[in-house]
Amino acid sequence: MTGSRGLRSWLTTTDHKRIGLLYFYTAFAFFLVGGLEALLIRAQLARPNGTVVGAETYNQLFTMHGTTMVFLALMPLSAAFFNYIVPLQIGARDVAFPRLNAFSYWVFLLGGLFLNASWIAGPVFRAGVLNVAPDAGWFGYANLTERQYSPGPNVDFWMLGLQILGVSSLAAGFNFIVTILNLRAPGMKMMRLPTFTWMTLVTQFLVITAFPVITVALVFLMFDRFFGAHFYVPQAGATPLLWQHLFWLFGHPEVYILILPAMGIVSEVLPTFSRKPLFGYTVVVYSGVLIGFMGWGVWSHHMFSVGLGPIADSVFSATTMLIAVPTGVKIFNWIATLWGGTIRGTTALHFAVGFIAMFIIGGLSGVTHASPPADLQQTDTYYVVAHIHYVLFGGTIFGLFAGIYYWWPKMTGRLLSEALGKLHFWLTFIGMNLAFFPMHLIGLLGMPRRIYTYAPDLGVSSLNLVSTIGALLIGVATLVFVVNLWRTRSHGAPAPNDPWGGATLEWAIPSPPPPYNFSVIPTVASRLPRWKTEHHDPMPDPPAAPPAPVHVPGGSWWPPVAALGLPVLALALLTHHLWLAFLGVAIMLYGIYRWAFEPFEI
Amino acid sequence: MTHAAAAHHTSMGLDSRKMAFWAFIGSECLLFGSLISTYLIYKGKSVVGPYPHDILNIPFTSVSTFDLLMSSLMMVLALAAVQRGDLKWAKIWLFATAFLGILFLGGQVYEFTSFVREGLTLQTNLFGCTFFVLTGTHGAHVTVGVLWLLTLWVRALQGKLGPAQALTVEISGLYWHFVDVVWIVIFTLVYLIQ
Repeated sequence: MTGSRGLRSWLTTTDHKRIGLLYFYTAFAFFLVGGLEALLIRAQLARPNGTVVGAETYNQLFTMHGTTMVFLALMPLSAAFFNYIVPLQIGARDVAFPRLNAFSYWVFLLGGLFLNASWIAGPVFRAGVLNVAPDAGWFGYANLTERQYSPGPNVDFWMLGLQILGVSSLAAGFNFIVTILNLRAPGMKMMRLPTFTWMTLVTQFLVITAFPVITVALVFLMFDRFFGAHFYVPQAGATPLLWQHLFWLFGHPEVYILILPAMGIVSEVLPTFSRKPLFGYTVVVYSGVLIGFMGWGVWSHHMFSVGLGPIADSVFSATTMLIAVPTGVKIFNWIATLWGGTIRGTTALHFAVGFIAMFIIGGLSGVTHASPPADLQQTDTYYVVAHIHYVLFGGTIFGLFAGIYYWWPKMTGRLLSEALGKLHFWLTFIGMNLAFFPMHLIGLLGMPRRIYTYAPDLGVSSLNLVSTIGALLIGVATLVFVVNLWRTRSHGAPAPNDPWGGATLEWAIPSPPPPYNFSVIPTVASRLPRWKTEHHDPMPDPPAAPPAPVHVPGGSWWPPVAALGLPVLALALLTHHLWLAFLGVAIMLYGIYRWAFEPFEI
Repeated sequence: MTHAAAAHHTSMGLDSRKMAFWAFIGSECLLFGSLISTYLIYKGKSVVGPYPHDILNIPFTSVSTFDLLMSSLMMVLALAAVQRGDLKWAKIWLFATAFLGILFLGGQVYEFTSFVREGLTLQTNLFGCTFFVLTGTHGAHVTVGVLWLLTLWVRALQGKLGPAQALTVEISGLYWHFVDVVWIVIFTLVYLIQ
């Protein structure tokens, strides 16, 4: 239907590998934006009474930093691997619904652009300033977000942007659940699935159950702000705590949506570079599933300080401590995987081991929040900022970087430089500990989070300066990584099918794989198909060329067209133009109908 | 609808579209669950009237509930007709299902306007907020279902809805029955148990 080169082929692509690359580049660009926001925050806090930005811009910076990193960087970077790697790991030719997959990507891109448009949309709303970005925190607590307290378009951008992004995540969730359950190669039983694919499956179940809850919370907020409803207005008898419950009912599963894919990546990287099967595969999988279930029963530990009463506090404290058990189980399994292995110290392994170390620190500070009396001291201080960054930077981002170094040769056919990779790792490792460790102390010494400046006599000035230096170091490390990525285009060593000696199916095919992935769909006989095990010889690689022509689905224009309807609809609400609402619905319906009646054979 | 009807091999033996749809329904349960929970949490918390017992018209809503239940029956008959390749009755039952759906929506429009006339709007009190957003979301789902059914009906009129498309009709039926079941829950919790 469409050629394999040129802009058109990328706009209409339904190939999971191309969509994976699109996710990667887009999410990485947003990661840089979020990082820039973080650097501005740190510049402001480098010295007491900082004057780099004003209070209002500072509020926008920390709100957009959190929102961007969670929804536009970490989740879609994981999605890049879901897209590129999961179909390869299960021996499939694509995902179950290739056009729905394209739709997810375009909705994500448009949602991200919509959110970030708020940085320059001030003049459109005659706001008197350039930047009207969301400014109520990434958690958007009611009733600060009500029109009365946040009159500008800032919060509107946030709640509409998140609703758009929710559509993208939900569509991808259904797609990947079905792909993993239904498109497995012959012999690929559930308990032979690679761990990354397993964690993806658990993650997607969390996505499709958690996102409807925040959607409802955001819809309530939308009705409050646009149509004068009172869902979060105390004067009308409502309780703003409703928002907190709904948000954290979503928000805590979301934490696991962010960390489980990274845990899956680490569970792939460690065995490959210790040349040993994952220790206790079954236990790692089941503890991942258990985390998925238990992730639903801990949300109120984000709300100890609101005074839910001793019973609720005790229950949520207990469940929170309990969820540390399956997490701890995984950590011991990873360490046991390394134990006695033939270790190869690649950059991917550095990041994977770094993940374990940093995640332990983040996990331990997390357990300290599980105790309500301790939590009351920590709530809204920098201690919590330290915790979240050890978990999401030391955890998720380290895991994602391990995945990038591990799978980049598969995705592009080029190896990343190991020398630059090691430099990237050590700069990141030192930088993140300099940036985030002092925050534990800053917080315990009493510095609140989300406040744009502090007085010199608080005694946290030098710790803050250290933290800022650490953040700059992370910035430098990221530049090294960008150089490394850029270099591979021309200088990267060509990657063979299997540069690492991996056990899973993606290493049996060329790097990058042909559009049809597998010339012949493999038959899987063991959990480690490409390794020699007690009972099985390594699986033979599929032939270089398919014995008969393989049908590959053509591209489609309709997913991006249908996706375009959503931001138009959001714009209608933002600018109060009814005709725009009709236009948005019309675009969406047109896209969906053309999509439904388009000849498209999977 | 234009998907090749020849079923692809699937690992679980369940068609992928159907599996995706079940996952979607699971997700929708959380959506309506959150809306219904909010309604229940805010029940009796309104500081000004009108209150539910002042305004809810149980006999009228019973009729529209019956109407929606009957549409589910029509849906079953429509699917059976499509499966046995009976285009004539497929057209009749699909249209009947959609028509009863439209009738239900008409009832909702009447109900909403009469409530507004009696002084209950989104802005009035918590009952108004939770009631309109909950039942309105359900109404939006019915609207999508009606559009879907009418599309299938047009396909049947064009003679393009044979047994090969039975799965498509079955999935639209899953949606329709789900929306119906949600209404039964709403009717019970909002109207009957005041």
